[in-house]
Amino acid sequence: MTRMNLTNNEACATLVLHKKIRGTKMQAILKGLVGAAVGLVVSNASAATIEDVKKNGVLTCGTNSATAGFSLPDNEGKWTGFVVDYCRAVAAAVLGDAQKVRFIPLTPKDRFTALQSGEIDILAHNATWTSSRDTSLGILFAGTYFYDGQGFMVRKAENIGSAKDLDGASICVTQGTTTELNLADYFRSHSMSYSTVGFADEEAVVKAYDEGRCDVLSADTSTLNASRQRMAKADDSVVLPELISKEPLGPAVRQGDDHWLNVAKWTLLVMVAAEELGITSQNVDEMKSSDNPNIRRLLGAEGSLGKDLGLGDTWSVDVIKQVGNYGEVFDRNIGKASPLKMERGLNALWNQGGLQYAPPIR
Amino acid sequence: MSDVLLAAPSRRSLSLHDAKVRGIIYQLLLAVSLLALAVGIAVQTASNMRARGIPLSFGFWNEAAGFDINQTLIPYDTLSTYGQAFWVGVVNTLYVSLLGIVLATVLGFVVGIARLSPNWIVSKVAASYVEIIRNIPLLLQLLFWYNAVLKALPAPRASIELPGGIYLNNRGLIIPEIQLYEGAGTVELAFLAATIFCGAFWSYARRAQNRTGKQLPVLWVILAALIGLPLIVFLLVGSPVSFVMPELKGFNYRGGHQLYPEFAALLIGLSVYTASFIAEIVRSGIQAVPKGQTEAAHALGLAPGKTLRLVIVPQALRIIIPPLTSQYLNLTKNSSLAVFIGYPDLVQIFAGTVLNQTGAAVQVMAITLSVYLAISLVMSMAMNTFNQRFAIVER
Repeated sequence: MTRMNLTNNEACATLVLHKKIRGTKMQAILKGLVGAAVGLVVSNASAATIEDVKKNGVLTCGTNSATAGFSLPDNEGKWTGFVVDYCRAVAAAVLGDAQKVRFIPLTPKDRFTALQSGEIDILAHNATWTSSRDTSLGILFAGTYFYDGQGFMVRKAENIGSAKDLDGASICVTQGTTTELNLADYFRSHSMSYSTVGFADEEAVVKAYDEGRCDVLSADTSTLNASRQRMAKADDSVVLPELISKEPLGPAVRQGDDHWLNVAKWTLLVMVAAEELGITSQNVDEMKSSDNPNIRRLLGAEGSLGKDLGLGDTWSVDVIKQVGNYGEVFDRNIGKASPLKMERGLNALWNQGGLQYAPPIR
Repeated sequence: MSDVLLAAPSRRSLSLHDAKVRGIIYQLLLAVSLLALAVGIAVQTASNMRARGIPLSFGFWNEAAGFDINQTLIPYDTLSTYGQAFWVGVVNTLYVSLLGIVLATVLGFVVGIARLSPNWIVSKVAASYVEIIRNIPLLLQLLFWYNAVLKALPAPRASIELPGGIYLNNRGLIIPEIQLYEGAGTVELAFLAATIFCGAFWSYARRAQNRTGKQLPVLWVILAALIGLPLIVFLLVGSPVSFVMPELKGFNYRGGHQLYPEFAALLIGLSVYTASFIAEIVRSGIQAVPKGQTEAAHALGLAPGKTLRLVIVPQALRIIIPPLTSQYLNLTKNSSLAVFIGYPDLVQIFAGTVLNQTGAAVQVMAITLSVYLAISLVMSMAMNTFNQRFAIVER
């Protein structure tokens, strides 16, 4: 009996000790929980993206993971391309340095979620501006940097002359794009059958087409041309003449931050206006002393565009000097000075038969 | 002394110095703060989403999806709703998982038993299978199978023609479609009747064996009934079946059923990978049965095959089933890797395209997670019930 009591006593003591340890542990856990809850409240950051960018000293930009001419790291790991240069222009405008950009490569499937969640400051992807994206995703498009349309690529050996001959084809597409939706519309309205093979990753789509899994590769024509770069037998394929949709590609920002939307919008418009006024990265310094009031206003020698946008006085000079005007960016990455050799087409300036048009800067 | 100890709690029951009371208070505090945290996260998420203009409703469920899915087991077209697209994804996930579980189990048992074979070559082949397959990441294996399947197969115009109007090309395996006419129902009825007869005959045969010790030719009778009866009825009603032969038209064969390479690659990859784990579970299960059982069975005059089937495996199953359950769950969850090789499973359709087209990330992810949770819970419940039937009955 005594022995039993002793053990009981000991057990009781260990129990108390155990409880004590558990108690302190629990306190630690509680502290952690409270901390986490507070952290959650604090991390509900301010809506002023521009302040965050200035504070961090770097612009976080979501781009295509790998599309030749649009967004691709070169062999030194430096990002180059058309949408990449747009990001660099925004960085030059806000931070005065086109190199202060952190690029986050995103698949089409993940791009809007990344923007919604605040993982990136701006989305410069080959994303199509649509009404539903502007209204129901919590994002806003800031303009159109590339007017595109959806097309089809087929192998020459198929002897197909028109998209109307594509009945029964299997078609490789990227998931979560307007491509998927346009295809369904087009084939339904022409009473043709087809079957899609979808991947989240653009590279996987091109690879599947290249290996013969599909008869047709469908995407925006810019992407189709760019994807030739990664095909083993690029010359065996042709792009069909029909475009089945309008695809205005543009940058997007989160809703509820008008200031940031303005910065994103006018960075692009200033590049277009600079081309129209003949300002290039080479002559921008001389142009500052031009007599043309339009040029003087654009470059900040007159007026208060920089101040009104909450940017420095030299922001537009920084953009044009470090990145170039719209035409320079186009030619360098996807136009005649690039391997892609795309025509300006719809993307020529409005006074040269295209659609690129900047409202007056005044 | 014992009195003091026993009486102590009741006397100080409401004191903060009592470890038990403090314990309860801590537990309560923890529960309340966890609850508060959960509510906090929910409220915060909701208000953040509202502030950013992201829709929080499930209204998208009944909107037209507007995109196509190439492999569907239930009716679906571009005019169907997002909700129907969700069900297509669920069914496709279940389809590949269940087929994968069957194949992986069969392959796993064969390899596991082969590894114990006294034949040196057989056991070493099984051992190298297990060691190679289970040590390579599943995703790489899936990509290997997908690319191996695609690369090896010809384009539609150069299809490999197999007997019976079956064609194989890099769009998949195309088999003739079976079309049923009037009278086909009678054949199905005949098959049903044969099945019922077989069940009755089987239990009669068992009782007869228990009573007289004589074995009836159960297998032959069952085979004859299951095949013979429907066949006779089929011929009597005038063969109410025709086959729609696939025909090369335009880009690919038209008519007939198509088995897609994406599905084949996923099914093969999942089965082969999981089978290597199941093989090890089977081997350990069998080895855990004491050797005396085998010797006793041999001493009774049972042949090696019967020893395995009637003595070893039933006992090994008790050890095998619980870890087998977790392999089944793994296979089901791993089927979400389909997204990398383009098979339209739940993740690819719903957490991929639907999420992106609707922008309802939180809702879609919550639904997807719940579906996998529900599938896993149902599956382990079924396996637990199965396990209880095999467990040793303790009296």
